[in-house]
Amino acid sequence: MKLIKRIRRNMYAQLAERNLRRQKVRTALAAIGIIIGVMAIASMGILGNTLKLSVSESFSDVGDKLVIYPAMGEDSVTQDQVNRMERIAGIEHIIPYRSSGEAVEYRDETSYGTVYRMKESNLRHLVDMESGRFFKEGSTDCVLGSSVASNLELEVGSKIEIEDTRLRVVGILKERGMSVDISTDSGVFVSHDMYSKLYPDAEEDYRQVIVIVEDIALVDTVKTELEDTLNKREKKIEIFAANSINEQIESAFQSISMFLMGIGSISLLVAGVSILNVMLMSTMERTREIGIMKAVGASRSDVLRMFLLEALILGIFASLLGGIVTVVGSLTLIYFIMEDVTYFFDPTTFLYIIAGIFFGIVTSLIGGLYPAWKASMMNPLDALRYE
Amino acid sequence: MMTSIVEVNNAVRTYRMGSSKVHALKGVSFEVREGDFLAIMGSSGSGKSTMLNLIGCLDKPTKGTIHINGVNIAKLNDDGLTDIRRDNIGFIFQQYNLIPTLTALENVEIPMIFKRLSPKKRRKKALRMLELAQLGREYATHKPGELSGGQQQRVAIARALANDPPIILADEPTGNLDSKTGKGVMELLSDLNRKGKTLIVVTHDPKIIEYSNTTIYLQDGEVVDEID
Repeated sequence: MKLIKRIRRNMYAQLAERNLRRQKVRTALAAIGIIIGVMAIASMGILGNTLKLSVSESFSDVGDKLVIYPAMGEDSVTQDQVNRMERIAGIEHIIPYRSSGEAVEYRDETSYGTVYRMKESNLRHLVDMESGRFFKEGSTDCVLGSSVASNLELEVGSKIEIEDTRLRVVGILKERGMSVDISTDSGVFVSHDMYSKLYPDAEEDYRQVIVIVEDIALVDTVKTELEDTLNKREKKIEIFAANSINEQIESAFQSISMFLMGIGSISLLVAGVSILNVMLMSTMERTREIGIMKAVGASRSDVLRMFLLEALILGIFASLLGGIVTVVGSLTLIYFIMEDVTYFFDPTTFLYIIAGIFFGIVTSLIGGLYPAWKASMMNPLDALRYE
Repeated sequence: MMTSIVEVNNAVRTYRMGSSKVHALKGVSFEVREGDFLAIMGSSGSGKSTMLNLIGCLDKPTKGTIHINGVNIAKLNDDGLTDIRRDNIGFIFQQYNLIPTLTALENVEIPMIFKRLSPKKRRKKALRMLELAQLGREYATHKPGELSGGQQQRVAIARALANDPPIILADEPTGNLDSKTGKGVMELLSDLNRKGKTLIVVTHDPKIIEYSNTTIYLQDGEVVDEID
């Protein structure tokens, strides 16, 4: 506040303020241009960013995972291969599993799910329990994914039937949504013994292996190591890195943000031209005044400074206003569209608003540069004669 | 002996008007000593406005030299001229040339802004200058549009005095005023002259000669007569 007071007491600033007030409508119109420009840039950036954040968050929990599956012509991933994986550094968990799509029956109703053979200790690394507990190795119990459970209206303690075998539901998992490894929501997780009972012909080998790395930064190193170890002589396995999809999504949305901001900056460009126009008209009208100023001792740089200050004040005022309108506007819009404003309060959102304000001020200054230069170069004699 | 504060030596000013040349001044020489009251008389087209612009450092001679306080302005660039103007010359115009959006007080402050005076000092000095120019304190916050011609010219005089210039340069200071108001303004100016300001007035009004102690008559760009 003290600073504002000091600026207000500055005579240059007072002159600028008065000159801006002199043509209120014109100043307001120029300001509206800047306000719209700032809004366009900032809100387009925010829009792209919010989309990016909301999409990439649903994938972020799988960023540290690699999915290993047999290469073309191979049936499965062998125990021997899993053993070799264990010798690679940087791996936190190796989760091999076998699975089979199956009809799940409960009373008279049927739903479809995937039966997974997975160690109970490994299952814990992938999912969270909503209610109940994990199954015990060797038992006939099972743990259900959330969508299977809700489709059949099951709860802990219910008895389901798969392939005419009865299984007791001991746990229901939390919903995990979209995922690149396995769709746990439609899963029925059982122990090795139970799986063998359901499928007596099932092989010991695995359909896929999920590898969780210790640190997301190690994903690429571990991936290379795995390929070097397992595909030494011929291509036995394929590796899918979950973070690659993350990167793709991120770069796609980055492009969208940039594109949208590009569109926004066109309106700021137009605003810059309108500032140029307004200031140019203003210098023409005030030619005589510039002459007087120069006659009583204003140097070229004094005049330049006065006019630039006018553009700057207009720019700051309009850009800040644009920033405020953006915050209010996009908050409302995001609330109505997404019904969730948490992404709006991400720090990057404010980066876009600051960027919008910054570009607004810079545009105003650039727009004011030529008129200010023109004013400063006026010959005082000609300026004084100007009617 | 008094030192000369303005020294015009064989000043020539030629304008280019399309393909033809206009000889506004054809070699004028004179000097003004400190504390003088010089009137430059002449009809329109005599070259007196050109002379005023040269002494006021708003323009440079095509040939010859003009020394203001010992500095040859013919050799200065735009910024150099601005400095000389700001520190040595107070302008008074026929049309007053006040800035319409500023109050009387603020108009007087303008030259001091460019001299980088602090706001406090500016305000204090501007009030003193208005007093010196005999404008009532109650008019200090009025805008030029709310003042009479005579009052506006007094504001302009206060503004001319703001940076304590040794030279006051007036262009038809009474041209837009009725004779009674004009007389008041002239008395104020000659009073300032008695207090030590060098006063140069450009005019075609013979009544001003009554106040001046030297008069130069210009005709067709040449000095035709000089009366001490």
